[in-house]
Amino acid sequence: MARKISVKQAINEALDLEMRRDPTVIVLGEDIVGGAGAPGEIDAWGGVLGVTKGLHAKHGNRLIDTPLSESAYIGAAIGAAACGMRPVAELMFLDFMGVCFDQILNQAAKFKYMFGGKAKTPVVIRAMVGAGFRAAAQHSQMLTPMFTHVPGLKVVCPSNAYDAKGLLIQAIRDDDPVIFCEHKNLYGLEWDVPAESYAIPFGEANVMREGEDVTIVSYGLTVHRALEAADTLAKGGVQAEVIDLRTLSPIDWDTVIESVENTGRLVVVDEANPRCSIAGDIAAHVAQNAFGALKAAPQMVTAPHTPVPFSPVLEDLYIPSSDAIVAAVNKTTARALAA
Amino acid sequence: MNERIKPIVMPKWGLSMSEGKVTGWLKSAGAKIAVGDEIVEVETDKIAGVVEAGDAGTLRRVLGEPDTIYPVKALIGIIAADDVPDGEIDAYVAEYASHAADESEEEEAAPRYEFVDTPAGRLRYAKRGDGEQVIILIHGFGGDLDNWLFNIDALAEACTVYALDLPGHGQSDKAVREASLKGLSDAVTGFMDALGISLAHLVGHSMGGAIAAQTALDHPDRVSSITLIGSAGLGAEINSGYTDGFVAATSRRDLKPVLEQLFHDPATVTRQLVDDLLKYKRLDGVDEALRALSSALFPGGRQSVVLAEALMAASTPALVIWGESDRVIPAAHAAALGDRARAEVISGAGHMVQMEKAGRVNDLVIAHIKA
Repeated sequence: MARKISVKQAINEALDLEMRRDPTVIVLGEDIVGGAGAPGEIDAWGGVLGVTKGLHAKHGNRLIDTPLSESAYIGAAIGAAACGMRPVAELMFLDFMGVCFDQILNQAAKFKYMFGGKAKTPVVIRAMVGAGFRAAAQHSQMLTPMFTHVPGLKVVCPSNAYDAKGLLIQAIRDDDPVIFCEHKNLYGLEWDVPAESYAIPFGEANVMREGEDVTIVSYGLTVHRALEAADTLAKGGVQAEVIDLRTLSPIDWDTVIESVENTGRLVVVDEANPRCSIAGDIAAHVAQNAFGALKAAPQMVTAPHTPVPFSPVLEDLYIPSSDAIVAAVNKTTARALAA
Repeated sequence: MNERIKPIVMPKWGLSMSEGKVTGWLKSAGAKIAVGDEIVEVETDKIAGVVEAGDAGTLRRVLGEPDTIYPVKALIGIIAADDVPDGEIDAYVAEYASHAADESEEEEAAPRYEFVDTPAGRLRYAKRGDGEQVIILIHGFGGDLDNWLFNIDALAEACTVYALDLPGHGQSDKAVREASLKGLSDAVTGFMDALGISLAHLVGHSMGGAIAAQTALDHPDRVSSITLIGSAGLGAEINSGYTDGFVAATSRRDLKPVLEQLFHDPATVTRQLVDDLLKYKRLDGVDEALRALSSALFPGGRQSVVLAEALMAASTPALVIWGESDRVIPAAHAAALGDRARAEVISGAGHMVQMEKAGRVNDLVIAHIKA
């Protein structure tokens, strides 16, 4: 039965349902229980923003509070996965991946390949991404391109609660390591979500809005900026098709190419920094595979190539805005008219 | 309100519809309108459809702007006789807005869906109307009660109407305890028992038609009549490309061409319709339920149960309705009951004839029940 719940509730519900369904699913991370063991403090936090709140009461010691030692517990999660468990490790902020990147890059991502398919690593690493939370340069980065670059990893970044629940359930059931990126500014966004379990397959983009004049490709928070931009553009008679990638690895090239072949124009929106980004990847792929369909040069709307600013004013300017997306679309149509 | 003036309003197609977009007028202002004429095209977040005239006259006002969204029951046009003065029509339009607002408040108080526990599991249903006679609407394979979104309110003007989600479908429990026609028929009688319905007219579409027929054969004392719409159970042929394709489809790209086979006009299949079905198909348990039913009822591309002979010998009044361009079950099956049942084959409609030609189907069902 569908009802409206937030992205945060959807993630909590996905974890709860999968822990009920499969006894090998465990959850570990810093403060995911919060003060466990101290009188009156059990289940006080549920993680830094309360996403796992309530799960300890339901599943007890299958939720494990870890020390502040990412390299140790991410490694432990990967090892447990290789030994038959299905761990979900919470890395808090994806920015903290630096200290445990070897475990992810050189171990988890490569086990299946290096052991000829005889080993599998069904681990999910959940982490918050993105700016706009006044958390400054070390807690606000959109590091999705760094993981998408690594073969062997699957990378997911939902834009709404329905997708968050279905993609996380798929991630937990998947036999490969999955980096599950949760934009912290989406946690409160409510959406229609069935109470039942369901899994959304990876590699299937979602066409959020159909249009024939321009294709706007995005993921995560900026999908909503793209939809705002599409509303603005529609008032001026430009119909934008808005594609939410949902998963960055695997990525649904077919939907992107099919759309561009229909519209002839491409704008990619990515909150990551512009160099070697998802935006650059998509623009290059489309230029290589659908050049003949393009009526104008693909445009990228990204964050600037700087760390996330501490100043609230600058931070708001940092995230791609709907106005910037409209301007990029106008650039593609103006160039087409000039031609 | 002036009874010589007949409003054309944004229809309510289905219990969840709150607004719709006028996509284009099929008649111009000043055109003569006969009952049943297709007047205006409307698109909802579920499906695109056509509003048919319920009254005859002249199209005196075209109020709904193309590509504009209006709430359900918003006034989008006026039909009236030529001798009704323009001033009366203008006054009617001005008065309409407050009248509609009162009605909408009353409607919002009614529950959209209800649930009931039965031996076949927890089933979702919708109930409309309060007439003495009872109709139960039974959807087809992979469908749900929203398949009746163009019918439920119209039929409720004559009867009390129940539309249920079968086990394994819609928002009912996904476990199908007995994947057979008999098992689904028992689910329907279990539904009737749970709601205290002793006698009902069963209206079934596709697989739902075969379920209605099976129920009438097994429990003739509980079934006043059957209406079989594009029904299974009247012949062996079935388009396995559709049934197998529906079961196998896991993406929008796979599912859309499959769903287009359901309609005479493939453009009826909107993005939202495909997305809603995908959301249903991805629920845990649905895949197993659909596979179990498909292998039990349509193994090897044939219908495993043909009830035509038994129905010929039975006494329950029957009506058969088919879409002429049905690409799932051939329209030739409409003649399977011979003189035993009235058979109507409707042109310009496919397998989802109750959606594509809703006005005609509703009229036929009501006439059949009243007879």
